[in-house]
Amino acid sequence: MTVTRMLYYQAVDTWAITKRNLLRYVRLPQLIFFSSIQPIIFLTLFNFVFGGALVKSGAVLHGKYIDYLLPGIMIQVTIFGGLQSAIGLATDMTSGVISRFRSLPMSRGAVLAGRTLADTLRNIVVVAIMLVYGYILGFRFSNGLWDAASMIAVVVLFGFAFSWVFVYVGMRTKDAEAAQLSGFVFIFPLIFASAAFVPVATMPGWLQQFANNQPITFAVNVARHFALGMPMDGALWKLLVWLLGIMILFIPLAIRTYRKHV
Amino acid sequence: MGMDSDLAFEVRGASKYFGDIKALDDVTLSSAQGKIFSLLGPNGAGKTTLVNMLSTLSEPTKGSLKVLGVDVVKYPGKVRELIGLAGQFAAVDEFLTGEENLFMIGRLYHLSAKEARLRSHRLLKGLRLEDAAKRTVRTYSGGMRRRLDVGASLVGEPEILFLDEPTTGLDPRTRQELWAIIRDLVKGGTSILLTTQYLEEADVLADHIAVLDRGKLIAEGTSAQLKARQGGDVIKFELEDRSDREKALQAVMNIATHAPWYDETDNTVIIPVGSHGSKKLIDIVRALDHAKITANNMSLHQPTLDDVFLTLTGVKASAVAEKPTKRSKEQQL
Repeated sequence: MTVTRMLYYQAVDTWAITKRNLLRYVRLPQLIFFSSIQPIIFLTLFNFVFGGALVKSGAVLHGKYIDYLLPGIMIQVTIFGGLQSAIGLATDMTSGVISRFRSLPMSRGAVLAGRTLADTLRNIVVVAIMLVYGYILGFRFSNGLWDAASMIAVVVLFGFAFSWVFVYVGMRTKDAEAAQLSGFVFIFPLIFASAAFVPVATMPGWLQQFANNQPITFAVNVARHFALGMPMDGALWKLLVWLLGIMILFIPLAIRTYRKHV
Repeated sequence: MGMDSDLAFEVRGASKYFGDIKALDDVTLSSAQGKIFSLLGPNGAGKTTLVNMLSTLSEPTKGSLKVLGVDVVKYPGKVRELIGLAGQFAAVDEFLTGEENLFMIGRLYHLSAKEARLRSHRLLKGLRLEDAAKRTVRTYSGGMRRRLDVGASLVGEPEILFLDEPTTGLDPRTRQELWAIIRDLVKGGTSILLTTQYLEEADVLADHIAVLDRGKLIAEGTSAQLKARQGGDVIKFELEDRSDREKALQAVMNIATHAPWYDETDNTVIIPVGSHGSKKLIDIVRALDHAKITANNMSLHQPTLDDVFLTLTGVKASAVAEKPTKRSKEQQL
């Protein structure tokens, strides 16, 4: 088989699986609703509960907390979306769907690529919903359309890279509930010990060490740069290195686990 | 490959170990093309392990397996083009319609969109799912899901089909519908490997039966051969008066094909009678009447998997069966 033909089949397989995963959202729109309702609640509560205090204390230097908060919530949205990938894949493993796919003469990476691609498309929809809601709460982009698009691109790319981590977690846990629980174990420390909701400078020194060097903080800083014009301080390159590293590690790991699974 | 290619599949000294557990232990068997070969055994016997290896889902710890002469470890991609697999769980997508499920599988076999659509229509028609084609699988009954699942395994027009406990958890009518589908496939030249926990199913369908027990092959042959080893039909009755036991055994001795015995716990006389059970029933009633013995609850039994197992291993199949796993419980729903 020629390389072009192989790539063509890879694309056909990936799209067939992507379509399958997307149809789930079409048939069960509640899934999109519940993916959005949680960040909407977070955005509302954080904005009105902490917003006043954070601005008044001077911790958040930017004028409105909603401007500061929304990029953070966006990154959080993609992480929680990834958790759904893990759950979806774990369910596919127990239901025998993955065994069927593995018995077909299709490309080995397509089931996982189709999953991450579908989740990326889902993320775009949820991000759009969050933007609309953020606008209602008073969020505004500070720099033109190009920077706004760049922010969305960063958020979506971040979600894509992380969905490979979740795909791997989903396959290793092989159980929807276990996937959900193990997801939370690393999601919460990562999200809260980051610049997503508050400036890192207010944290104790040892925690700052962690928060200042982990990918969510870089992602949030880059997103804020494009949304509000805040300084990046090289966060873009560090973020890209993180995301590349995550993909270089987890894509082969995930595909290997898929091949070996029974 | 020579003679190899006349075989649907060929398993030589295959073993699969999971740590200390020997899920499959040095099993050798083969089946001619165009036949139904049945693997019979309780839960945990190693049936699924063998099917998984033949369908390239897992590799053997030892031994070799070939499908239509092609080595499954060396050329898994080639094997996948030849086989169809319907696993223990109806692996169809709940949120897709019947048509979408089959179309997707067709695309994954790299059929053109047109061909994939054509085949899915043909299969849905053949499986009498035409009316439900545009409904999501969520609305399907268990039997419909199972039929669609078999349909999914046929989209690639496989030369050999692996059916892993296709009728477990189905009601008798749906089971018979599936049997008819399987028979039609064989008529069309497909080779089939079917695993089952039911002797009756293997009996009705299979040209050849292999009995597995805790990873080992313990018997092989046609259904008639296995039953002959077991001793054929069995007639049972309870005694009105327990003290009649010796007299009763004497009275039926000449009718039995193997020595009859008395089961103390159930107060039951058990008589192996070979193949013409119903005729022997009359003989036994006459003999007991002649000896003035009163018998209750007389019944004729065909050998069950339990009986075959009891004969072959001295252990009841139901006693070695594992506890149902979470998955198989879901399957029952």
